[in-house]
Amino acid sequence: MEHKITMSHGSGGEKYRELVQEIFLPAYCNEYLSPLTDSAILAGEGKIAMTTDSYVVKPLFFPGGNIGNMSVSGTVNDLAVSGALPKYISVGMIIEAGLEIKVLKRIVDSIADTAKKAGVKIVTGDTKVVESKSADGIFINTAGVGVFPSGRKIPSQKIKAGDKIIVSGCIASHGMAVMNARNNLGFLPPIESDAAPLGNLVSAIFKHDDYIVHAMRDPTRGGVAATLCEWVTSGTDIVIYQKSIPIRSDVSAACRLLGLDPLHIANEGVILFSVPENCANDVLSVLRKEEYGKYSAIIGEVREGSGTVSAITDFGSKTRIMMPKGEILPRIC
Amino acid sequence: MKYNIKDIIEAIKRLADNFDKINIMEVCGTHTANIQKYGIPSILPDNIRLISGPGCPVCVTSQEDISRAVSIADKDDVIFTCFGDMMRVPCGNKSLYSLREGGSDIRIVTSPMDALQISLENPQKQVVYFGIGFETTAPHTAALIEEAYKQNIKNISVLNSHKTMPPAITSLLKNKCGIDALLCPGHVAVITGSDAFSFIPEKLKLPAAIAGFEAYEILAAILSLLSMLKGNITECINMYPGAVTKTGNQTALKLINSVMEPCDAVWRGLGNIPNSGLKFRYKYAAFDASKRFKITKSISEEPNGCLCSQILRGENLPFDCKHFSINCTPDNPLGPCMVSSEGSCSAYYRYKTV
Repeated sequence: MEHKITMSHGSGGEKYRELVQEIFLPAYCNEYLSPLTDSAILAGEGKIAMTTDSYVVKPLFFPGGNIGNMSVSGTVNDLAVSGALPKYISVGMIIEAGLEIKVLKRIVDSIADTAKKAGVKIVTGDTKVVESKSADGIFINTAGVGVFPSGRKIPSQKIKAGDKIIVSGCIASHGMAVMNARNNLGFLPPIESDAAPLGNLVSAIFKHDDYIVHAMRDPTRGGVAATLCEWVTSGTDIVIYQKSIPIRSDVSAACRLLGLDPLHIANEGVILFSVPENCANDVLSVLRKEEYGKYSAIIGEVREGSGTVSAITDFGSKTRIMMPKGEILPRIC
Repeated sequence: MKYNIKDIIEAIKRLADNFDKINIMEVCGTHTANIQKYGIPSILPDNIRLISGPGCPVCVTSQEDISRAVSIADKDDVIFTCFGDMMRVPCGNKSLYSLREGGSDIRIVTSPMDALQISLENPQKQVVYFGIGFETTAPHTAALIEEAYKQNIKNISVLNSHKTMPPAITSLLKNKCGIDALLCPGHVAVITGSDAFSFIPEKLKLPAAIAGFEAYEILAAILSLLSMLKGNITECINMYPGAVTKTGNQTALKLINSVMEPCDAVWRGLGNIPNSGLKFRYKYAAFDASKRFKITKSISEEPNGCLCSQILRGENLPFDCKHFSINCTPDNPLGPCMVSSEGSCSAYYRYKTV
């Protein structure tokens, strides 16, 4: 096989088949994909959840992740926070001619590995090749389908006064990892992304019939602040206890140095929950037993109010949390 | 000594009862940002007002310098490098950000040495670094130029818009303008030393405190200013002694002095201030980007009603501006104070005190 992707790999001919047979099938192999039919035929009944997301990441590899694992975990997490059990995903790739095959293979292996961890099967896919400089190495689109196991209550995604806000892990790691890698900021050791599939976190909570979740969301672009600002309603306020927000010390230091608010920075391995106060501690202890939930914390509460999101410090001052605006740019040091 | 932040707040409240109204100006962008971030105005008594001065390097960069930057960055053979928060400063209907979207090669760096590396990797291109900031960033630019001179690198130059803080403070406060005390910039003082701020009590007859950047450090400095005001003491107190010495970082100061010399400079909002800028000495003049490139002048006017200039002089607060948070937001800034995270408008916007 050649070392680099060429236009003929996207032509549908022999080179394309070689790519499918030697790179994709061995990695993704499952009963739905292997027949290579025009569409995958899936079993199921009842309601399904479906989502899609496109991934354009620069650089393609960054500490703690790459475009491959992100493209699986991002879509899986969107299904999970809808209350669904992620089952199947598709992988569509737009590859720039000239991409090294070994780079593609690393990405494909990471996709396969993450899908396995997430318990999803890659059931269909597509590959196109575009001329050099028409894309940034590789763009990936994944679509995902999830099912609702019987008895699972779909969250209303509406917060209620009296709820506690729980975050399932340390915030802002992904955004700062990518920013550090993209702009060669030189923070050492490199900041690691938190990109991870979080279906298990949600399933762990749903194992308990009596736990109620009013809302859950993975706070990706726009960070925790954007999710809270989207959640708050005209009849509620959200108050965050600044000191209780879990954040890794390297991420916090980088944010302070660059003048960035960690609440505005993207996450790829964290879920925010709004749960009634009477089950908040139970949900917290369930989350903390999970691999990706060890650092879960109650970070705030929902009160009756007029639609503001604010943070209180341990010395009693209060600041407003606003919806982040524009591309986040590191400031002058 | 362990600070108890609640005790500091209580002490501030007790002292505040002695005054009718006190205006304290901070002249450091990081102070402006952190004061809002920590919600400090929300816990200060109503009669203690914090006013932002010209402390954000991006905000005080003149429209003419922004226009020069845009003109150079627009050239085909140029890789333009700058700090991230310079990107969105509007220049008419353009900005460095919009040029980059249009395909210009504009790269965000966090150190001037990154620009040197880029120039070595791209010998066929002219690499330009936009040098902005005060005594804190000027040594880095000086180091870049010294290194480029030593290595005889021909394809790098600097658009030099560096400024120094003391002449601007003097120019702004020589008539007091209702300011009772000054919170001095900790980062600048690390380089210049605390002695560099003794002109504030001596010449301007105002008490001053050099402050760190944590909430308790800012509050402790405010407390020391109120104590001085109550006791009628006019001194400059170093409240950041862990980082700031009397004479500062001599290596950095010598570096600036060997590469640059004072010159007049135009500050947005304050106008031309004698000896408040830094230009390259004759030996290094070849690295001056404003001489190396032909610059198309397109000086744009301040947007109608934009109060950035008044805000930089401490005459208005961001809330006073009719554009604030309506048609001027960090996403779509009309003036520079909304661009940088250190700008007053941006800090007020992000952390509107509840």
